[in-house]
Amino acid sequence: MLSRVADRIYWMSRQMERAENMARILGVTHNLVLFGTKGTRDPNLLAPLTITDSAERYFERKKPLSLDALIEFMVLDANNPSSIISCLKGARENAHAVRWQITSEMWETLNTTWLEAKAMRRAELAGGGATRFLDWVKDRSHLFRGVTYGTIVRGDAFNFSRLGTFIERADNTARILDVKYHIMLPSVSDVGGALDYYQWAALLRSVSSFETYRALYRDQIFPIKVAQLLILEPRMPRSLAACFDQITQAMERTHGQHDRAARRLAEEIHARLTHADIEEIFQGGLHEYLSSCLEDIAELGRRIQTAYLVSE
Amino acid sequence: MSKRGVSVERRHYDEMRAADGEVRPHFRALAEWLAATPAKRVAEKRREADLLFHRVGITFAVYGDVQGAERLIPFDTIPRVIPRAEWDELARGLVQRVTALNRFLHDIYHKQEILKAKVIAPEQVTGNAAYVKAMEGLDLPNQVYSHIAGIDLIRHSDGEYYVLEDNLRTPSGVSYMIENRKMMMRLFPELFDRQAVAPVEHYPALLLETLRAAAVPRVRDPVVAVLTPGQHNSAYFEHAFLAQQMGVELVEGADLVVKDNFVYMRTTEGRQRVDVIYRRLDDAFLDPLAFRKDSLLGVPGLFAAYRAGNVSLANAVGTGVADDKSTYPFVPDMIRFYLGEEPLLHNVPTWQLKKPEDLKYVLDKLEQLVVKEVQGSGGYGMLIGPDASKAELKAFRARIKAHPAKYIAQPTLSLSTCPTFVKRGVAPRHVDLRPYVLSGKEVKLVPGGLTRVALKEGSLVVNSSQGGGTKDTWVLE
Repeated sequence: MLSRVADRIYWMSRQMERAENMARILGVTHNLVLFGTKGTRDPNLLAPLTITDSAERYFERKKPLSLDALIEFMVLDANNPSSIISCLKGARENAHAVRWQITSEMWETLNTTWLEAKAMRRAELAGGGATRFLDWVKDRSHLFRGVTYGTIVRGDAFNFSRLGTFIERADNTARILDVKYHIMLPSVSDVGGALDYYQWAALLRSVSSFETYRALYRDQIFPIKVAQLLILEPRMPRSLAACFDQITQAMERTHGQHDRAARRLAEEIHARLTHADIEEIFQGGLHEYLSSCLEDIAELGRRIQTAYLVSE
Repeated sequence: MSKRGVSVERRHYDEMRAADGEVRPHFRALAEWLAATPAKRVAEKRREADLLFHRVGITFAVYGDVQGAERLIPFDTIPRVIPRAEWDELARGLVQRVTALNRFLHDIYHKQEILKAKVIAPEQVTGNAAYVKAMEGLDLPNQVYSHIAGIDLIRHSDGEYYVLEDNLRTPSGVSYMIENRKMMMRLFPELFDRQAVAPVEHYPALLLETLRAAAVPRVRDPVVAVLTPGQHNSAYFEHAFLAQQMGVELVEGADLVVKDNFVYMRTTEGRQRVDVIYRRLDDAFLDPLAFRKDSLLGVPGLFAAYRAGNVSLANAVGTGVADDKSTYPFVPDMIRFYLGEEPLLHNVPTWQLKKPEDLKYVLDKLEQLVVKEVQGSGGYGMLIGPDASKAELKAFRARIKAHPAKYIAQPTLSLSTCPTFVKRGVAPRHVDLRPYVLSGKEVKLVPGGLTRVALKEGSLVVNSSQGGGTKDTWVLE
């Protein structure tokens, strides 16, 4: 496959995944702020900005931090590259560039999603409108993944789409966990203590893992177990371990002349996740661990870019 | 008398009805269907077509559109019908014309016999801006220069077809021909039951055959690619469509790299050699090392690889000299010179303003004539005398006097009309026809071509870039 085409497919998939993750984060933020306490309000409003490295951009506008302003910034602001609208537009533009290398169903899904999102107006986000829209974004992302999985022939387009989806998901999961964890933990030594149930439930829900937690652990919600579920549990589709299962599988199917460095790193990260112990991770510091994960994922992204895609 | 007080005959040939009002035999089945089908059903079908075209993304970026938005090229669901015998005659004329044009191109870049015989003045050719000196002496497979030609035809009030213009560089529109047929078959299958319409869907297969034939003989299994300027080009849909239909790669300049005078594609697996490039890029942008230095669309070193005989380009570099408006008047002479035959298809009478007697005639009768720039395209930079205001005529007169050699003039042609859906029902609108002629080991055509329609009442401008639409073209078996 042309490197440029693989690049577009990879990024189109990353952008849809990013839009979904954004919708999840905002959905949870929305609930936490509306139903939470005054003390947790501001940290919760700040979290999405921190997760997406867009705090500086937000405060440049000198607007106070409010739920409505945040939602508008993260949903509709075309000048914010991490906003949902920017992600959906980017995904559609990338798809348009390679329309003929993806299935017509994939193209039509992204095109229709964009056309409908574009028609969204600020006023419609009021009341229950924001939640409805965010749910819709998640649905469209599910649809895109399902349509991709269900229609495209198993070749380069499929592989690079999967690679993009799961690199983005791994990155987003690590970020969400890192940021949220520190809002909710009063002190680092409070591992294993009973905390605000609703906060943890919210975190789990943001990655669709609330029921999974109950099913797998049949226990109260403990921070260390939440971290284990989201980092190491291969049966949980949004965990880092599950993401790297998919990433290494996708890379096994690609063939490049210069991809040894990328493959090696992917396998190394995968092996570490397979054999890690959550107690050891906590001893070393969860934040330190997650920061290191994020660096690795970023480095893997760079190596994939060089090995297969378009690099300057 | 027209509004401007100029006496101009505006009769035109009606494709559907004869002078006595009777529907022509080849339109009868369609006319019956139109009469029998409720307007509501037809309107529904038209809306369905719009939705489908939009959903699938068959749009066209119109230059100058404020939002740079994508728009649909309006598609009219009443086809233009041509009887088989008429088409066969037309096809013979088209094959003859394109054959002569390719012979001309080979000749001027080799022995230049036609110049030596003084059929055309040398400066007309070698002095033409589109003439590429670097093409002199280069031998091309099958001696074909224009592998894909789009010949624009109109039918005048005398019922005869005339060639309006040859397009030998990057003629477009064939994807609309194919998509329109698909759409018609989907919306109105009952129409295809009533009569046998010659198919056009095999065009991509014919095109691939033509392109593979363009490879140098030593290459056993030529790799073909379509080179596009990219998704922001107005004809991008077509580039992508044809690449997909032929099963070949769609590449942009940045995807190609030249090494040791061979051309390669950059792929995820490494570099892959390309043998034939169907390039939808103008000569000037092909190679920043050979042509425009600022071109970001081309491939550095591509022309050197071409001259080394390691890659084929369709259409060849330097074909523009043969489809230029100033060369057009000489095409009938080319047919006589190279083929020893009389032209089967007629040129429109043309005055070349660089000739003093022609200039005088044209300035005298400016308000009756159509004046065009010799190097221009898309219907811009043109004067339609009978439609122009006194001020426009004055301004154009000054432009002509300043640079007479830049212009040619033709009589106001009457384009034939075809019934078309308009706001208040069905009304005649002017049409032209662009058949596509493919030159590989042989010269071939698909029956019909693209019918373009001027949607505004009385308008003669059919170009999609200025708001024209298209119709399906039926050649009946």
